[in-house]
Amino acid sequence: MGVAIHLQVNGKSCQDEVEPRLLLVHYLREHLGLTGTHVGCETSLCGACTVLVDGRAVKSCSMLAVQADGAEITTIEGLTSTPEANGGLHPVQEGFWEKHGLQCGYCTPGMILSAVELLRENPSPSDAQIRRALAGNLCRCTGYQHIIEAVEYAAKKLRARKR
Amino acid sequence: MATATKLIGKPIKRKEDPRLVQGIAHYVDDLTLPGMLHLGIVRSPYAHARVRSVDVSKALAAPGVVAVLTAEDVQGAIAPIPCAAQIPDMKPAPRPVLATNEVRFVGEGVAAVVAADRYALRDAMDLVEVDYEPLPAVVDLEKALRKDSPRVHDGLADNAAYHWALEGGDVKKAFKQADRVVKLRMLNQRLIPVAMEPRAVLAQYDRGDNRLTLWSSSQIPHILRTQIAAMLNFPEYGVYVIVPEVGGGFGSKLNVYPEEALACHLAIKLEKPVKWNEGRRENFLSTIHGRGESCDMELAVKRDGTILGMRARVLADLGAYYQLLTPLIPTLTGLMICGCYRIQNLSVEITGVLTNKMATDAYRGAGRPEATYFVERAMDAVAAELKIDPAELRRKNFPKPKDFPYATATGLIYDTANYQGALELALKKSGYKALRRQQAALRKKGRLLGIGLSSYVEICALGPSSAMPAGGWESATIRIEPTGRVRVLTGSSPHGQGEETSFSQIAADMLGVGLDDVIIVHGDTSAVPYGIGTFGSRTLAVGGTAIYRCCEKLRDKLLKIAGHLMQEDPAKLVLRAKQIVSKRDPKKSISFAETVGAAYTAKTLPPGVEPGLEATHFYEPSNFTFPFGTHVAVVEVDRETGEVKLVKYVAVDDCGNLINPLLVEGQVQGGIVQSIGQAMLEEAVYDDQGQLLTGELMDYAIPRAADVPKLETFHTVTPTPVNPMGVKGVGEAGTIGATPALVNAVVDALAPFGVRHLDMPLKRERVWKAIHQAPSESAGRPRRSK
Repeated sequence: MGVAIHLQVNGKSCQDEVEPRLLLVHYLREHLGLTGTHVGCETSLCGACTVLVDGRAVKSCSMLAVQADGAEITTIEGLTSTPEANGGLHPVQEGFWEKHGLQCGYCTPGMILSAVELLRENPSPSDAQIRRALAGNLCRCTGYQHIIEAVEYAAKKLRARKR
Repeated sequence: MATATKLIGKPIKRKEDPRLVQGIAHYVDDLTLPGMLHLGIVRSPYAHARVRSVDVSKALAAPGVVAVLTAEDVQGAIAPIPCAAQIPDMKPAPRPVLATNEVRFVGEGVAAVVAADRYALRDAMDLVEVDYEPLPAVVDLEKALRKDSPRVHDGLADNAAYHWALEGGDVKKAFKQADRVVKLRMLNQRLIPVAMEPRAVLAQYDRGDNRLTLWSSSQIPHILRTQIAAMLNFPEYGVYVIVPEVGGGFGSKLNVYPEEALACHLAIKLEKPVKWNEGRRENFLSTIHGRGESCDMELAVKRDGTILGMRARVLADLGAYYQLLTPLIPTLTGLMICGCYRIQNLSVEITGVLTNKMATDAYRGAGRPEATYFVERAMDAVAAELKIDPAELRRKNFPKPKDFPYATATGLIYDTANYQGALELALKKSGYKALRRQQAALRKKGRLLGIGLSSYVEICALGPSSAMPAGGWESATIRIEPTGRVRVLTGSSPHGQGEETSFSQIAADMLGVGLDDVIIVHGDTSAVPYGIGTFGSRTLAVGGTAIYRCCEKLRDKLLKIAGHLMQEDPAKLVLRAKQIVSKRDPKKSISFAETVGAAYTAKTLPPGVEPGLEATHFYEPSNFTFPFGTHVAVVEVDRETGEVKLVKYVAVDDCGNLINPLLVEGQVQGGIVQSIGQAMLEEAVYDDQGQLLTGELMDYAIPRAADVPKLETFHTVTPTPVNPMGVKGVGEAGTIGATPALVNAVVDALAPFGVRHLDMPLKRERVWKAIHQAPSESAGRPRRSK
């Protein structure tokens, strides 16, 4: 009853047979051991499970593993291997650290990946654009201000590199 | 402080963050053990029903199912959930880990299913057949207290769990002397904490060692260990509680829950690791709620605004059963009800009410946000009625700095404060006078600008043991290891607040080492000394002070050893930058490393000094601390849509000395946004059948990034004399101070319509109705004053 899937996760090729109803988030966490992607609601409302699927920020609790067949996925664990990271932390990760953009850290991986998607599409977002782009990621600890500053920090750093 | 300060007071970025931003930290659900089974709880869909029968046969036969338990199976094996609150004449309402003959709230567990994987578990849970006979549900607080109300618990005379009263001064006289009595009925609505990480539990049993290990997303590892041992009648020395990364608590994980005991029981019984993950809907239904208090308040006032006395009658929605501190929380409202005002004549009556809902308990602020809200709303009602500026009214009624320590009519001793200092700074930073002018100008154009103040005092650093149900101290052990690295073991249990950083700052400064020479260990009961945990804004002021005291002990010992090696009087030595230096001759020094080495090789120790470098301190605070501040909210209300736009927010908080201003800022920002949630968006709504209508993030709105503006935060610094670092605690200031400022601002904006009060949350519909209904029909209007 398994369905064969073949996908790229953080640059690695993964081939598996999975139950058709298996959620992508459970595939990532339990089959691949990538537990940096968190489950906060299972209903796509909190954004803790956000990953990049073919570059788009997707809530992996509301996508089946079989739907990701053929896709390229980046989870929080894979960010340090992206070209933007330049061998260290990705500038968005660095921004969250520099600007105190997290407290408990549970929403952080999803928040970071949503911000990565935003900055790839819009390298100079305004405060309002950042807030809108992160509206699908809930944080109960920080009050968001420091998260906005973290994304601004990363945007600035990424822009400086391109120059 | 005796040592030179290098790190304390600086906005050091967090040591915790590298693992968190890379997704390589471990929360409970990230742990997997060989042979691990999954536990699920079948929950009642009824608020109140008799359980006629539970048929588990189909579930047991389902693929992958290992066990199904009902109340019968755990009878006598697992004691009910403990409640630490002791209130005279309190009626009993213990929560069984699985419902026995009756269910008393939607979400109460009826059966526990164990299966090999999550998906098989989900399938099997649907196969448990429960035959319920619905009973009338008790939902509304006033109705619950009527004689003809159905009972939440059959055997009890009524639904009043307890009556708690407090009286100070001469209330009758105060009301007799009053020029006016201002009355207000207010609701501080039930809220749901919504930590981003739902609860999670993993239990493992080793029969050979008779060792039970429990990983849990908890704020209180040791209390949990003791209670699990007691509930399961298992020797406490065999119980190991480990709290790994915790994704937020806000009080919701300051508790002991059925799933913790059930997972342990099942791990022992099945000799397999058992994991339970809470779904978000379960989190809404069966993790503690907060607030849920209504208040009838009367203030006796002189024409000039002097408050002579207060009467408050509070009804507190306790839910169906007691969790760890359920009955106690409303009494904190009682203790703090006079806020930061000189109100020496006061009477407070609190009735704890049992209802067919999930228990309320400590949610960020726990009783104090309610007190602050009630008194701050009432102060604004007085200001409106007497036509006195709200800032002036507050100024008039503050105790002065010279009045501290200040004894309240509720029996507390406020440590130190300058309330007016914080108020004036908030007025200045918000441009208060200009705002009032702007408001008047806009009103002429029909625009609705509102300015709201809230001056608050909170009770923090919980607390002296004499005033706590089960110990208010905190512990620390510090070991300087032979290589000179410092291991700090704390009984506190930080879960996002950042104490791995602030505690490191304290230890590094005190011992003259670097930040990275220090590691903070917490949350593992086999590694750290018995502790109380993290809640009540106590971690830095109580847990941090225990660390400070340990450092003093170790510093003294290091100086003794160094003095012996240097042939110098230890009193003339000072510890800094990994050197022990003579105060008389700075060229005369010995390295920290050599001194530490001497403590371990133990060949050259001074007489009477023990080898090794380890110190333990159990710090007992002499009092609570009482941080304070003033917040100013400025809103504009759209008269066509009822939408409230938060235009400006200025917070002035005084939490004493700041160890790490960055972390303080994080706490303040986060707290205020939770307050915005309460004021504008959040409310746990139960229908008259006791169904939770806001049982999902879809229906229960917590603030999103786009819902909040930039907040401006400032501090005054009035160090507390209660502890040596002069720190007070700041974890709850935002949720205590901000809510009334926001509501006061909206009510102020609506003053031209004769609106004098609105209950939270201030959703568009409610605000629109207040504008568009005739004032006499306006919802939530206060009773007429005499």
